[in-house]
Amino acid sequence: MSVLIVDGREIEFEPPATIIEACNKAGVYLPHLCWRPDFSPHGSCRVCTVRANGREVAACITAAEDGMRVENTADDIVEKRKTLLSMLFVEGNHVCPACEKSGNCQLQAVAYYHGVTAPTLTYFYPPRPLDASHPDVVIDLNRCILCELCVRASRQSDGKNVFSIGGRGIDAHLVVNSETGRLGDSELDIDDRAAHICPVGAILPRRGAFQTPIGRRKYDIDPIDVAGDASEGET
Amino acid sequence: MTPRGAQTPVTPSDPGDSLLQALVRRQWTHGGIDEIAMAEIAGRYGVSVGEVRGVVHFYAFLDDASGVTHDIRVSDNIVDRMAGSAELMALLARETGLSPGESRGPARLSFTSCIGLSDQGPSLLVNGLAMARVDAGRAAQIAERVRRGESVSRWPASWFTIEDNVRLPGRLLRGAFAPGEALGRARRIGSAALLDELEASGLRGRGGAGFPTARKWRLCAAAPGAHRVVVCNADEGEPGTFKDRVLLANHADRLLEGMAVCAAATGADIGLVYLRGEYRNLLDGLEGAISRLRAAGVIGDGFDVHVHLGAGAYICGEESALIESLEGHRGVPRIRPPFPVTRGYRGHPTVVNNVETFIAAAMVALNGPGWLREEGTPQSAGTRLLSVSGDCASPGIYEVPFGISIAEVLERCEARDTRAVQVGGPAGSLVPATRFDHRISHEDYSTGGSFMVFDDSRDLLDVVTNFTRFFTHESCGFCTPCRVGGALLGKRLDKIAGGGGTRVDVETMRQFAGVMRSASHCGLGQTASNPVMDLIEYFPEAIDARLCSMDYAPAFDLDAALREARELTGRDDPRAHLDRSEA
Repeated sequence: MSVLIVDGREIEFEPPATIIEACNKAGVYLPHLCWRPDFSPHGSCRVCTVRANGREVAACITAAEDGMRVENTADDIVEKRKTLLSMLFVEGNHVCPACEKSGNCQLQAVAYYHGVTAPTLTYFYPPRPLDASHPDVVIDLNRCILCELCVRASRQSDGKNVFSIGGRGIDAHLVVNSETGRLGDSELDIDDRAAHICPVGAILPRRGAFQTPIGRRKYDIDPIDVAGDASEGET
Repeated sequence: MTPRGAQTPVTPSDPGDSLLQALVRRQWTHGGIDEIAMAEIAGRYGVSVGEVRGVVHFYAFLDDASGVTHDIRVSDNIVDRMAGSAELMALLARETGLSPGESRGPARLSFTSCIGLSDQGPSLLVNGLAMARVDAGRAAQIAERVRRGESVSRWPASWFTIEDNVRLPGRLLRGAFAPGEALGRARRIGSAALLDELEASGLRGRGGAGFPTARKWRLCAAAPGAHRVVVCNADEGEPGTFKDRVLLANHADRLLEGMAVCAAATGADIGLVYLRGEYRNLLDGLEGAISRLRAAGVIGDGFDVHVHLGAGAYICGEESALIESLEGHRGVPRIRPPFPVTRGYRGHPTVVNNVETFIAAAMVALNGPGWLREEGTPQSAGTRLLSVSGDCASPGIYEVPFGISIAEVLERCEARDTRAVQVGGPAGSLVPATRFDHRISHEDYSTGGSFMVFDDSRDLLDVVTNFTRFFTHESCGFCTPCRVGGALLGKRLDKIAGGGGTRVDVETMRQFAGVMRSASHCGLGQTASNPVMDLIEYFPEAIDARLCSMDYAPAFDLDAALREARELTGRDDPRAHLDRSEA
């Protein structure tokens, strides 16, 4: 067993493990969006940024080392996470009051956890399309945060390859791997994990909206450090 | 679907091919890649059409329609702008009737990132081929032939002449040897002695980061793998750099022999040159050198070299993105570790070095470790090729010993009234006159060789805005801080340039920069805010003079938001605008 010192508290871990894996096993909450324990780490959202032995790193792609000192709740680290979260909000079109994912949305929950309750940055208002061509699943790219969980779920869990990323820079976007580029012409099935993994409201199974009323949803009841990752498929 | 970076089978006979190379060829032969071609190529490479689309849309030089006959891309580096590229673009647009940036029709006109001709701008690419010193007369001739629809292959060859502009050659540029001489000595002394000599020489990577070359080669040699790979990074994309252009044009034989020396030291059997798409005019010469060295027996037996072409993506200069691109994918940097020396091209241990590094390594293999040590500083042995451009009488290549001061370089290139020098390109440092006594070396100002000079007539806010836009355009879009932070910086700079900026905007830019520096996935995002931060630190007056007096002004521009409504109603009279002074 090796030891990681997170904000002064010692936690044991079995190497090899990343910092976030070690913390997750020990029950220490480290805010994150693109990471899930059962998928290969990605390192794109950067919300899990911590200071490890004095260096700022993404906890999901950095190996935990014996005796490593990790700062997770330092003020400047939290400030950076808040900026990152704000960046994710303004680059897309996130209208929480009108979103059926509100209360089950991981972006919203992490933002509330860190006290980001109102936008402070300039909105981009990008024109982003909606794909309603699939009988059971809708894609609303206005809410996509490019975490690629659906890309990984389709490839690593479903044994398919329904999603990819197109474009680059601020124009990077999720694309559907079908001849027409439409979801309805892809191999996606409602039972696929990729149809339910989206941590925000970008990929939504149909006919499930508002079954749990606002006010009684996952993060309405408990904050994310208690409630954990967004449930798959819950809206 | 294999995870990125996984080890996949490779035979030494096919490393010249990939999905990207097929798309590049299709772009050349058919003026773009339409949906039918994408589907056909997807089938051939066993990937989905969506993935092919993702690759096509990642690379700036690939078009998703076919039949583009005239693709004109004007270099957008600030030094090209200073030489009149904006006026050139306006003239071309007027004379051809094309709208810049419009992506329809057989003839197209757009801006592109620096094409490596800052010493002879304004410059442009026509169907990927470089043209320098494009004055108004030449622009009119170009426009006329575009209007006539005349094939670029029939345009006068003299229009495509590129000058070397070597102003100060040193030991690296003057060095020469017969094919096989350096490799012969390397083989005679053996790989252990060769690596010792390389270490003793103090050679460090010339790409800018300065990693000790011997250490990199040793790590690769020690890593387990069925194959080992030597990659030459000829994706010289840092704006203002053009020394590899000259090295590739005139010293390709020594470069290839340097790669062969590396192969001898590491046991590599596969060699790849990643040539930036902007340097397509150098491809034939490079292929010629490969043929010559194969005939001379320097390569081809146990270690062969193939050329891959880039397609307009600065990020591919980052070594793990370069490897992704070599494998045919989008140029998104990998998670590191593992580093390429242990898991690189198709999972095999890979050395990635700069063009200049391989030539220097060949010279060390030939002459022993003392050759490099005769010049330079203790931590920075040898010489450095500087690409000097901007406000000076003699722009071009200067081979200088490490340790030379910025002031000495300015004197050499005959710069007058210099306000600032951008050392190391936009990813480097904006250096004010008070620091011109500082030195070009790994101990002081480390650089990949870009040296852009700005005199006191230049508005540095313009310069920094150009650099920031460059990074925004070239961000791969993978991680949040670089993808969004860069775009946000650009918005704030525009707000300040427009006279609507305040103190709060300057502080907000600091906040973005802090996040970009520490949280970005790779060097691009980590350095993309350098120009803005240097401007704030060293040239506050360039910003302060533009700020309005308020502490805070909303970023939301109400008047700009009404633009669409004005267009829809066909109005542009004063009453269709909001007057800022009334607000």
